[in-house]
Amino acid sequence: MSELCDLTGAELSAKLAAGEVSAGQILDSSLARIEAVEDDVGAFLTRTPELARERAEELDAYLSTGAPQTGAAGIPVAVKDVLATNGIRTTCGSKILETYVPPYDATAWARLSGAGAVLMGKTNCDEFAMGSSNENSAFGPVHNPWDLARVPGGSSGGSAAAVAAGEVVWALGTDTGGSVRQPASLCGVVGLKPTYGLISRYGLIAFASSLDTVGTFTRSVRDAATLLSVLGGNDPRDATSLEGDPQDYTAKLDAGIAGLRVGVVAEAFGEGVEPGVATAVRASIDRLAALGAEVGEVSLPHAEYALSAYYLIAPSEASSNLARYDGVRYGFRAPGEHADSVQMMFATRGQGFGPEVKRRIMLGTYALSAGYFDAYYGQAQKVRTLIIRDYEAAFAGFDVLVSPTSPTTAFRIGEKADDPMAMYLNDIFTIPANLAGVPAISVPCGLDDAGLPVGLQLTAPVLGERTLFRAAHALESDLGLHLRPPLLAGA
Amino acid sequence: MPVEIDIEHVAKLARLDLTDEETTRLREQLGMILEHAAKVGEVAADDVPPTASAIPRANVFREDRPDPSLPVDEALRNAPEREGDRFRVPRIAETGS
Repeated sequence: MSELCDLTGAELSAKLAAGEVSAGQILDSSLARIEAVEDDVGAFLTRTPELARERAEELDAYLSTGAPQTGAAGIPVAVKDVLATNGIRTTCGSKILETYVPPYDATAWARLSGAGAVLMGKTNCDEFAMGSSNENSAFGPVHNPWDLARVPGGSSGGSAAAVAAGEVVWALGTDTGGSVRQPASLCGVVGLKPTYGLISRYGLIAFASSLDTVGTFTRSVRDAATLLSVLGGNDPRDATSLEGDPQDYTAKLDAGIAGLRVGVVAEAFGEGVEPGVATAVRASIDRLAALGAEVGEVSLPHAEYALSAYYLIAPSEASSNLARYDGVRYGFRAPGEHADSVQMMFATRGQGFGPEVKRRIMLGTYALSAGYFDAYYGQAQKVRTLIIRDYEAAFAGFDVLVSPTSPTTAFRIGEKADDPMAMYLNDIFTIPANLAGVPAISVPCGLDDAGLPVGLQLTAPVLGERTLFRAAHALESDLGLHLRPPLLAGA
Repeated sequence: MPVEIDIEHVAKLARLDLTDEETTRLREQLGMILEHAAKVGEVAADDVPPTASAIPRANVFREDRPDPSLPVDEALRNAPEREGDRFRVPRIAETGS
């Protein structure tokens, strides 16, 4: 049976505006769902029920005065634990920040909070957002609501799982190489990575600054558009934030896709793509054509080098960004006596970081070190140019590009944990958009033979979010999937 | 061919204490990852300019005016160790003999 917490934000907003429900009742529904499934799913690292109650009561009092209601008012949300929340512990899934309580809010969260969303807690993720399965969290894995023995994807695994299980209606994540889109795909929800710089990175604890993007998890494309309308727009606190005021992305969502030029990425249906994934995505592409889109094939010839470039650029930036964890100003410090501060830093970092973070710090330090810089980091930056040129050429002939989001559906916990290269391949279709800064969205497009969700990725040119939403909404409406994980059969 | 890496030297640059087991594993894994990553050298011709940021912005200035800053107690709240209004750390200089 469907509860309030299973509705979309747009549906809840309408009920709230009509006076059919209160923010308090919506909150009760979300709390009850968390109570029912959280022991199985493990999406949260920190829960904030008391703050949520205060917020809902404030909101009901405020709305009873007839004050204007935003599209986010009263919506239960979760925030990935790499986004700073003032006064609420923010760990990045790392032992090194286990007790860190930020004295400020990330802009994305500040804007969502300002619009009246109700925070249910902070979600689990791979340590410092490095991973594709959520298994790299220092605080344990997250379980996919579609099959608890499987991963939710990553790095924003907790956010994806929480939205899929109805624990929250929306969640914020971050996407550096696919960390919103891939878990959205594996959990059967909508995941948006907007244009680089459209949502401020202020308070997003840095992993790879030239790639890091705040993104969203929702159960409908319309909600993704509503949420971006709240989050977007210039922020003077982030020098890479794009100019321009917040926009309304929900306008013309229903305009249809007659004549829209859709390019099917040829390279994205090759070796390594599970048959169940290819079948569901191909069938959806047929639906796009049936809806009036002009479908053709397109090539991104340098996409095969994107993974290599990413695994040089992202670790290089990470090795620099993570130098700040030195046991001096905040976070973990290795216990015991230290001969001097430098020895303290070696011990703190050795004990505070997990295996994947160490792997990437080492990789990045090596790629930036004297004698190797040109061969690795320098060359990777050139590949980035080639990938941007590929997109420019593709978008000369097409309005949006389509591919699977991930080559596979959700895999078993532990299945790829000991093989970094196999794990890195999860992001092969999502990484190019980060390197080029272009927006992309993952929408559920069906289930494979095992009953696991498949995601379809749409990519648009820089600031092409409106086209992205219009195409994704048309497909979503046509497919009418109404996905519900088996976990919720009795709920 | 997997790439040969002086793991101890890189760990020193990164200020990371590694166990023997971690050193052995990282030597093997990084060698494999870099062998794959070296593919970037196959296509990056001399006439291709590097890209540091996909949507670069330059000279982003704000108005030069003082804003309230974090109170000292707030700034020190997460410190592993404090002494008065300062962060306390193990010694940072050699003592004279």
